Amino acid sequence: MDMRTPLSRANHLGSAREGANHWWWQRLTALALVPLLLWLVGSLVCLIGADYLAMRTWVARPAVTVALVTLLIALFYHAQLGLQVVLEDYVHAEGLKLASLVAVRFACLLLGLLGVISVLRIAFGG
Amino acid sequence: MAQFKLPANSRVQVGKTFPAPSGAKRVKRFVVYRYDPETGENPRLDTYELDLDDCAPMVLDALIKIKNEIDPSLTFRRSCREGICGSCAMNIDGTNTLACTKHIGEVSGDVRIYPLPHLSVIKDLVPDLTHFYAQYAAVEPWLKTKTPTPPDRERLQSKEERAKLDGLYECILCACCSTSCPSYWWNDRYLGPAALLQAYRWIADSRDESIGERLDALEDPFKLYRCHTIMNCTNTCPKGLNPAKAIGEIKQLMVLRR
Repeated sequence: MDMRTPLSRANHLGSAREGANHWWWQRLTALALVPLLLWLVGSLVCLIGADYLAMRTWVARPAVTVALVTLLIALFYHAQLGLQVVLEDYVHAEGLKLASLVAVRFACLLLGLLGVISVLRIAFGG
Repeated sequence: MAQFKLPANSRVQVGKTFPAPSGAKRVKRFVVYRYDPETGENPRLDTYELDLDDCAPMVLDALIKIKNEIDPSLTFRRSCREGICGSCAMNIDGTNTLACTKHIGEVSGDVRIYPLPHLSVIKDLVPDLTHFYAQYAAVEPWLKTKTPTPPDRERLQSKEERAKLDGLYECILCACCSTSCPSYWWNDRYLGPAALLQAYRWIADSRDESIGERLDALEDPFKLYRCHTIMNCTNTCPKGLNPAKAIGEIKQLMVLRR
């Protein structure tokens, strides 16, 4: 039986003293993704019809490598931050919430790493 | 998971109809949510037909007429009947607002009246606001200072400093905004637009000396950052205030002080 006062319930465990970082980085990554995604789509359209070798040469250009790596990091960090909010909003069973938050974090980390390492391998692997 | 369907004992059924008096010319139908915890029955929608030629212009006038002349069991809160007490907040024609300042003529078709959304209903149009008021208390809505009050006069504030409280101090805590917010529905840890606007009212007060502690207490993924700026609060506020902007200002201060 819950005999706590309404104020005690409203105060709950107090403030977590975090959230500002999350909010700030969600916006920074969103801002970075606007030009990066426009550039990616534009570049891919220009590369229509290019063969395998041309694609590899394109990815290995230093500016393109840097842009692609930045894009992948921003994309998966942004996805992780956004999905975390969605899960916190809608999944209320504590166990399921924790499990899905961990899964999303690992998935975004692994997919991001996979993308970055693939780009770097093309850039440096020759 | 978030609940998208009402529990079986909360599903709304069709209730009684009280026809208009014979000879009524301008008949308007008021469809009102009814729930009586003592009967154990499900909530129902009763329909009252009123003659607008024999009724004052506001929705609250119609409710009072129904209670006085047709069905004394109809229960709702009301007090000032001029939009300053916030008692008669309810969902009218799909939007949370004050029955006393909502003109019947603004509603086309039947006037559908429900209690504020997603609160426990005590009876009919009376929701349980305990948690809402506790959340208001949780933001400690009073001036907090260490400097003693000057012995010979009040704490001074310039006209410009006072102007910063405009658009904040007018809030009457009717709960229209918070109960229109899906984040508020689905997370009882989220303070909601009303409590956050009130929190900002003290953060924005030049006389307050504990702004840092106030921000500390708010910086939380659930208490503050459940706001995703969908602006239902601003859209519904019967006083024309902008709680979403106040929340935005708090978020901005959180970044500024890093």
